[in-house]
Formats: sequence, structure tokens, C-alpha cells
Amino acid sequence: MLQRIRSHKWAQLGIGLATGVLFGFFLQKGGVTEYDVILGQLLLRDFTVVKVMLSASITGMLGVHLLRSLGWVQLHPKPGSFGKTVIGGLIFGAGFAILGYCPGTAAGAIGQGSLDALLGVSGILIGAWLFAVFYPKLEKPILHLGDFGPVTFPELLRVNAWAVVIPVAIILSVFLLLIERAGL
Amino acid sequence: MAWIGLERWSPYAAGIGLGVLTWFAFLLSDRTIGCSTPFSRAGGMIERLLRGDKALARPYYHRVKPELGWDVMLVVGVVIGALVSSLLSGRFSLQWAPALWAATFGAAPWPRLATALVGGVLMGIGSRWADGCTSGHGISGTLQLSASSWLAVIAIFAGGIATAFFVFGVSGG
Repeated sequence: MLQRIRSHKWAQLGIGLATGVLFGFFLQKGGVTEYDVILGQLLLRDFTVVKVMLSASITGMLGVHLLRSLGWVQLHPKPGSFGKTVIGGLIFGAGFAILGYCPGTAAGAIGQGSLDALLGVSGILIGAWLFAVFYPKLEKPILHLGDFGPVTFPELLRVNAWAVVIPVAIILSVFLLLIERAGL
Repeated sequence: MAWIGLERWSPYAAGIGLGVLTWFAFLLSDRTIGCSTPFSRAGGMIERLLRGDKALARPYYHRVKPELGWDVMLVVGVVIGALVSSLLSGRFSLQWAPALWAATFGAAPWPRLATALVGGVLMGIGSRWADGCTSGHGISGTLQLSASSWLAVIAIFAGGIATAFFVFGVSGG
């Protein structure tokens, strides 16, 4: 049954769209499609972005690992390297602070009428295209620098996934509790 | 159903909703939710429109095919979902410069639009360089306990916090 849905092209386009609609709805309700909220986070004045991201991550972590233990889903961790992940993340971070939206929340910001996000999305398109143009020059010298592959922490530690999922979920929940306590 | 028209939800309610969505993406589509790969695909589709099939010769487009698929539909859906949400709450409004920007740098549209474009270009490069964004690494990757994603999130926030303090410290006061 799942295989039939997963391999049905039109069903997948519909599921992608429906997932996006709900994703955008939750992002907007959570306040993270607002420039002010995102800059508030990066200026460490308002921790809404961290609260949304961590509660999404904890919820997703528990459910997805349960589905995996049931044998219904597989994980798809992305391969990483220091040249790719750290340098790319830092460039992304600079763009994040200057634009004030990320790719998903920029799309959401357009939906709520924030016209600056239209220019932001145009910029992201140009940037993604520039990367595709320069990719052959970057690939060998930088992107593979310090390759560590598509590894997960339970694999690195050679333990059952739940031995990491449960402690990480508890630590992140306590972190959220401390943020609330601190009034952030 | 009053909750559906609220301008803001608790960030935890919104986050739990996003987390539950990731379950369904894994289950129904065998996919992770990410919002930056589709920008590569769209960029490639536009280049293909302008230059024809020559555009497809780029090695990067062998990895990330410029075609309309699940993830491009996802981003289209995000625009619609946020539009519906903001219409239901009455938050929807056409706005050139966000309040915090206007209070710090002035309400004129052009400086803000130029800055958004520059920030967007950097973000487009960075998201492809790191192979993921705040959704793909920040939510979908961290929930899988993927090493690359936790490292990416740390780099993203380190770069973001440093840049935000620089921009608002230098020009904003």
C-alpha cells in the first residue's frame, strides 16, 4: 500500500503540495514568517525560532524513530564535510541575518504579503543558480574537505538509536524549559 | 475552531504541528521536508527556459534534476498555507519594510529590497553549499540525529548571530 502511494507520480505531487500548505500554515501561525521574529532570534532577544525548531525536531525525532522501529520508514541523513557543512552554514547564516527569512519562511512571508520576501526569493534563486555554475570548481577542492559521510550519532556511537533519541529529546526539552524559565 | 483564526499560536503548538508533518513526509513519500533544493530545481528550470537543454549539461543538475516534483510543490504549498493562515487571522497585509527594519533603518522600500536581494543571494549560495537549510538540516536533519545537520545548524546560527549583531550594531545602534 505505502509503496503504491510512494511511487504514484501524481499522488506525490498532491502530497507535496498538501504538506507544503500545512507547513506554511504552521510556520505562519508560529510567527517565524516574520522578519522581526527571525532577527529577534539572531539578536538573542526573542527565542521563538528556537522554540518552534526544537519542538518540531523533538516531535519529529520521536515519531520518525518509532516508525523506523516498526519498519515502516527509512532515514535519509545527508552526507556532510567540514568544507561543505561549516563553510556553507556560515554563508547561509550571513544571508539569514541580512535577508531575515530562510528559504521556507521566505516563501511563507510572500504568502502573508511581505513584499521584501519577493526580492529575497529572487535572490535565493540567483544564489542557487550561481552555486550550480561554480559547483565544478568548488567540488573537489572545498566541498569534499574533511568528508564524514551520511552518518548519524547513533551510528557514530555504535548504539541503538533509542539510546540517543531519548536522552537528546530530554536534554532539548529541559533546554526549552530553561529558556521559558529565563523569560526569553 | 477559534484557534484557526488566531494571529499567533504558541511556538510549541506550531512546532509540534511541523514535527507531525515530518512523520507523514517519511511515511507517505519516503522524503524529508526541505525548502532549499527546490530553489536549485527552479533555477535550473528557468535557465532551461532561457538557454534550452544546454542548461542541463551542468554537473550540478545531474545531482539535482531541474524538474517539477514533490519538493517544488512543497514550496508552492508553503506560500498558499501562509496566505490562508494570514487571511484567516487578518494579519495579511502588503508591506515593503518590516517594522524592526523600518524602526532601525527607515521605512523607505528600496534599501530594504536591495538588502533582501543581497541576503537572498548569499542564502541561495549557502543553502546549496551546505546542502540544506533551516528546514532540511534544522528540522528534518536534526530529528534524524544526522551529524552533518547538527553541525550545519551550529554554523548557521553562529554566522547568523554574528552577522545580525554586526548589521544592527554598526548601523542600528
